[in-house]
Amino acid sequence: MIVLSELWFVLVAVLFIGFFFLEGFDFGVGMSVRLLARDDVERRIMINTIGPFWDANEVWLITAGGAIFAAFPHWYATMFSGYYIPFVFVLIALIGRGVAFEFRGKVDSRKWAKTWDWVIFFGSLLPPFLFGVLFSSILRGMPIDKNMNLSAGFSDFVNVYSVTGGITVTLLCLLHGALFLTLKTTSEIRKRARGFAGRLIWVVLASLTAFVSLSAFETDLFTVRGNITLPLVGLIVASYGLAVFFISKKRDGWSFAMTGAGIALTIGMIFTALFPRVMVSSIQSAYDLTVYNASSGDYSMKVMTIVAVSLLPFVIGYQIWSYYVFRKRVDEKDLTY
Amino acid sequence: MSELVLARLQFGSTTIFHFLFVPLSIGLVFMVAVMETMYVVKNQEVYKKMAKFWGHLFLINFAIGVVTGILQEFQFGMNWSEYSRFVGDVFGAPLAIEALLAFFMESTFLGIWIFGWDRLSKKVHLACIWLVSLGTVLSAFWILAANSFMQEPVGFVINNGRAEMNDLFALLTNPQLLVEFPHTIFGALATGAFFIGGVSTYKIMKKQEVHIFKKSFDIAMVVALIAGMGVAFSGHAQAKHLMESQPMKMAASEGLWEDSGDPAAWTMFALIDSENKENSFEIKIPYALSYLAYEKFKGEVPGMNTLQAQYEEKYGEGNYIPPVNTTFWSFRIMAGTGIAMIFAAALGLFYSFREKLDANRWFLKGMTVLIAFPFLANTAGWIMTEIGRQPWTVFGLMTTAASVSPNVSKGSLLFSLIIFTTMYAVLAGVLIYLFVKEIKKGADHDSVIGHSASVDPFDKEAYNL
Ligand code: HDD
Ligand code: HEM
Ligand code: HEM
Repeated sequence: MIVLSELWFVLVAVLFIGFFFLEGFDFGVGMSVRLLARDDVERRIMINTIGPFWDANEVWLITAGGAIFAAFPHWYATMFSGYYIPFVFVLIALIGRGVAFEFRGKVDSRKWAKTWDWVIFFGSLLPPFLFGVLFSSILRGMPIDKNMNLSAGFSDFVNVYSVTGGITVTLLCLLHGALFLTLKTTSEIRKRARGFAGRLIWVVLASLTAFVSLSAFETDLFTVRGNITLPLVGLIVASYGLAVFFISKKRDGWSFAMTGAGIALTIGMIFTALFPRVMVSSIQSAYDLTVYNASSGDYSMKVMTIVAVSLLPFVIGYQIWSYYVFRKRVDEKDLTY
Repeated sequence: MSELVLARLQFGSTTIFHFLFVPLSIGLVFMVAVMETMYVVKNQEVYKKMAKFWGHLFLINFAIGVVTGILQEFQFGMNWSEYSRFVGDVFGAPLAIEALLAFFMESTFLGIWIFGWDRLSKKVHLACIWLVSLGTVLSAFWILAANSFMQEPVGFVINNGRAEMNDLFALLTNPQLLVEFPHTIFGALATGAFFIGGVSTYKIMKKQEVHIFKKSFDIAMVVALIAGMGVAFSGHAQAKHLMESQPMKMAASEGLWEDSGDPAAWTMFALIDSENKENSFEIKIPYALSYLAYEKFKGEVPGMNTLQAQYEEKYGEGNYIPPVNTTFWSFRIMAGTGIAMIFAAALGLFYSFREKLDANRWFLKGMTVLIAFPFLANTAGWIMTEIGRQPWTVFGLMTTAASVSPNVSKGSLLFSLIIFTTMYAVLAGVLIYLFVKEIKKGADHDSVIGHSASVDPFDKEAYNL
């Protein structure tokens, strides 16, 4: 028999994987606006590659938040109140970035556009970094007391391990975004993005290696469920190894697929190591939040399961359709709407 | 200031800010969909221009609606963790369903609509905007289902000290929801209609693209009149329902300390002294409160002192009287602006029908001022609803004081309060600036995303183009 709370753990993991896979590339494109583009037309083209998609991609995060609230109220309450300040920054970033996409082109002035470009840049850089910090520190353990309240000090949030996690996730997104650009743009930008990805991937590999090695000391990533997490690490290495190969062969579709797989596997690995915990207490393991002690009642779970299982296929269906509608590459001719 | 006060300030300002944009989004997108439908049916370019023009304003507004919404969702956990633990089971479900059912739909089809004018057939493109409109209404329904639970808890049992859902259907047919949902939607339509109405009269007054804006004005006034009446009727239904569900809120919104006597008179104006629990001055309309509360010209309405005694017996010692002045005046602002809106809409239709619109400059000017009214009414309505429910977060089950996050420090709260309010001020400023700019530009051009090349030869980017 499946226990519904376990099923919901998997669903939340799936929602986060969807979020990092999809919003991952548009975070990456957002960062590229300052890192890769040479002029205004190029910036506009880059932004337009994600123009129709970024909001729907962000809804994966909103849904993940809602799903945690509904299925694991204690997880929701502990995490959001415990990570108050980091979430303030996530929100500032997401707010700025969201309006910047819409506002940027509305005034015919270089200064105006430049300001919003920087908002897009930092708005795309901060969230993956902070989510990386969040998930790695959750895995490492946070001071959660017997009432499930988390009151952490600065070094609980910010330490070598969590910052490595943050940087790693940010770099994964940047690489994924650069490869998305190779798929959606033409000529100059496309070449430059590919070259950039070819260099960046080595940094990504170094950062991943650091993260995984630190995990061995700082967390129980390899001890609790080593028989699954170790093979996952193997698969992650394999996907990025293949990505190196495909980038050098200019097979952009395959490269993108490989970095996508890499992101999905990395998030999957973190969730696998967590299970059945949803938040680890550094005070004592009896205070851990788990899928069993943090979850909603049976009735809620059942209702939610029916709703999610019947709606998700439609959502995925029409999202795929939207990518199909805008399958063409974006170039200078597409600057109006 | 205590953590509780800060948390409330922060939450209140954030929701109020979110709800400045929400109704305008819901109202505008509906009317943009109507205009595009006319374009597809009648095949006249003018309707396409209208849809695009109002669509641009809608998009600017929608962007802020979306980003402030994310904040809303995270805030329950951030500021009200005890509350989230207690009701997450009942309250999280509608939120999650809202995201799955409505937000995905809104955002995906809006993306397609914005960039799809030339890529889709007319009909498919039209279907997209209707799906966005449907999405906004669905999202309103689910979030209001959650809010209605706080006003009138139904469909749950208390288990291990937490409220657990045991009947989704009861949650969705909550009597409070059945009156709150139509009222909010009519309010939103009125907001969109008066926005279009006011901007149109401004353009007519300036004699710019008059044919486009007269057409817009007519559509807006039809919607405004229907929505205005809808708001009044559904508001009346809400007042009637309040008598059963939250008589304390009703008494507070009337400034009624002692029982009213039979028949009850409606207080139009009062100077309320909530310290000494008395009113020093009142203007009353006989019979009217009986009518508002019971739909007949007799019947007594219980006062706050009576209810306070009843609640103390039921829930134990405490102060169950909400801030009376706030509740009283917010109700009057809402109802007053509501009635003004109905008259304005009727007058607007009359002038337009008689083709006398241009001749009445005072009316054209007045309509521009009236843009503010629905925003006042919406805000006042929520303030009445939420403040009037105090001291409860979930009526009869959990107090606001017990809802707050115990582990969030004053410093954190103050920090976020300052940061967020600053951002709101900036966003509001930019929004108004962009609105004015777009409105001045008018309907007869295609907006270019991105801008022309720099002509300054010393700008280092000038040669790259
Ligand atoms: C009556 C309607 C209504 C009310 C009371 C609220 N909202 Fe809202 N919300 C909407 C109606 C709406 C909308 C019409 O669907 C929005 C506003 C404009 C928009 O862009 O979508 C939206 C956007 C929006 C978003 C972003 C969706 C996206 O990315 O597309 C979130 C996460 C929320 N809201 C969450 C909330 C929460 C947690 C609320 C409770 C305090 C809340 N909203 C009150
Ligand atoms: C969008 C329109 C809304 C507005 C303008 C609004 C306004 C407010 C205000 C002003 C407060 C502060 C009350 C006080 O501190 O005395 C408040 C509190 C609160 N509201 Fe709303 N509200 C809205 C919608 C909602 C919805 C839809 C929900 C739930 C789904 C909700 C849940 C809450 C909660 C949990 C509190 C905190 C507890 C409290 O202070 O009572 N609100 N709201
Ligand atoms: C014309 C007379 C009106 C009456 C008699 C009326 C009545 C009411 C009542 C009694 C409530 C409180 C319900 C509760 O706490 O459960 C309410 C709330 C509200 N009103 Fe009105 N209203 C009127 C006009 C308007 C107008 C013109 C608008 C906006 C354009 C508006 C928007 C709102 C909103 C947004 C709320 C909060 C959500 C809700 O509880 O429905 N109202 N109204």
